[in-house]
Amino acid sequence: MAEKLLKKGNEAIALAAIRYGVDGYFGYPITPQSEVMETLMEEMPWETTGMVVLQAESETSSINMLYGGACCGKKVMTSSSSPGISLMCEGISYMAGSELPCLVVNVTRGGPGLGTIQPSQGDYFQAVKGGGHGDYKTIVLAPASVQEMYDFVGTGFDLAFKYRMPAMILSDGAIGQMMEKVELRPQVQRLTDKEIAEKYGDWATTGKSGRKANFISSLALEARDMEQINLRLQAKYRLIEETEVLFEKHLCDDAEYLLVAFGSSARICESTVEMARSKGIRMGLLRPITLFPFPTRIIQAMLPQLKGIMSVELSAGQMVEDIRLAVNGAVPVEFFGKMGGIVFSPEEVLNAFTAKFNL
Amino acid sequence: MDTHDIIKPENLVYGKSKVLTDTVMHYCPGCTHGVVHKIIAEVIEEMDIQDRTIGVCPVGCAVFAYKYIDIDWQQAAHGRAPALATATKRLYPDKYVFTYQGDGDLASIGTAEIIHACNRGENIVVIFINNAIYGMTGGQMAPTTLLGMKTATTPYGRKAELNGYPLKITELVAQLEGTCYVTRQSAQNPASVRKAKKAIRKAFENTTQRKGTSFIEIVAACNSNWKMAPVKANKWMEENMFPFYPLGDLKDR
Repeated sequence: MAEKLLKKGNEAIALAAIRYGVDGYFGYPITPQSEVMETLMEEMPWETTGMVVLQAESETSSINMLYGGACCGKKVMTSSSSPGISLMCEGISYMAGSELPCLVVNVTRGGPGLGTIQPSQGDYFQAVKGGGHGDYKTIVLAPASVQEMYDFVGTGFDLAFKYRMPAMILSDGAIGQMMEKVELRPQVQRLTDKEIAEKYGDWATTGKSGRKANFISSLALEARDMEQINLRLQAKYRLIEETEVLFEKHLCDDAEYLLVAFGSSARICESTVEMARSKGIRMGLLRPITLFPFPTRIIQAMLPQLKGIMSVELSAGQMVEDIRLAVNGAVPVEFFGKMGGIVFSPEEVLNAFTAKFNL
Repeated sequence: MDTHDIIKPENLVYGKSKVLTDTVMHYCPGCTHGVVHKIIAEVIEEMDIQDRTIGVCPVGCAVFAYKYIDIDWQQAAHGRAPALATATKRLYPDKYVFTYQGDGDLASIGTAEIIHACNRGENIVVIFINNAIYGMTGGQMAPTTLLGMKTATTPYGRKAELNGYPLKITELVAQLEGTCYVTRQSAQNPASVRKAKKAIRKAFENTTQRKGTSFIEIVAACNSNWKMAPVKANKWMEENMFPFYPLGDLKDR
């Protein structure tokens, strides 16, 4: 019998971290995600799995604690919300440059600046296009339920270690705060120090026992060396685009019109699709689960059947740019969104859709 | 008897530590970094902890420390070495973890990280090289630059009303409950090198006893950016730096 609990999205992240054998969590309080660290401190995983949980003095420090932990080949994560993630972007860039795995959970809120504490998807560009300096990417997973908040901790770490790069869960205040049933997965054992030294001994700073010394750095003063690092990173990103795209289609088989939405927007759009269908409009929903890699080819494959696409986002329109790049003018691509923590209703989405496509 | 008869292993009275690599150091002749690297390597060798030591190097002149001391290294973003060391030590409590930081890295951009790592009493060693100037970027004012001292960004000398006062960060961390050993040393002559080495060894030993953070400031010379010959730089350091940054233990428990 699977263990099911009623939990907030943020609490699910914390429980998943313990169950997935995470070695260390380093964080700093910020609304609307503080329950992640609060839950971890309540659960005291250092007494059970041996997981380290530490409240850092700032987001800058927590991301650099991740950097140190990731250098050691340990499974390390943090969570924050938009302004905190902005502070972390420097560290994420360093980890991308040093090719280090880690998991960053972003329970986004409305911006810019200190913004608001209500949900927003205005950090799509920051998450998907880099955020920090330099040509780099992070794997970005967009959960739409508390169960996915839980499950993507494991998915995120698996991908981060497979490609040795940071992975991000891009959630929002709605998913973080809402309560749903969540099925807990079986406990994964943490790797022992010996196992880590064997598995990651070719790069991790575990102490140079029986091998040459390892050093981790993102510095290469020679331009030719730095070019090679960039070429290697880009090759990795192309491979990820080929192989790791995750998405979900809802009523797309006969669809003439397509809504594209991720996370909490996608949940609202499911209702919009039902409403449209009841009015005889053949509408479907594509929910990108990975935002990087973006389901570009999935959209392109659907183009022959489509009369139009609308991107629905809690932002001024960010993902719509990636849809337009995929579509390249083949069909009209419209956008509907709200900003600053305001959430649209399914009816508002449908009204916007019928107005934009004159239906 | 000629020199070949003398150069024999059994006659060896001094040698380079095995923990130092053969890479030629990029440091300027007269710089203190090379001497401190040597001391750290000797301590690691004497304690036989080369395979259990993880260093965190800074942004600054010592950014390339990993090339010279043959251990595992992490190269931190500017000022963040104590955060990396915190996680590393907590995730590997049985390893020896130290940061190696300059005055700009530790006492300016990394002030929050060093204060909080020390205040949490992380069981790490902090080696703090204070030469009162930014070396790598070409001699700009550091937080520890003395009043009146000329640098690239204080061309008429540091003035309190314009630039504030030199920061005695070592006195500051000595106040924190988390530090167990705070000392200020130098490395400009054999006697001071011996004392500094003793202090560094003690600091490494402290970390296994879970006593808290050990913090060692080394008052150092940057003859290139001070624009002095090495001997003159050391003399200037003794006459000007030591009165403001007095040597000795600030805390030992």
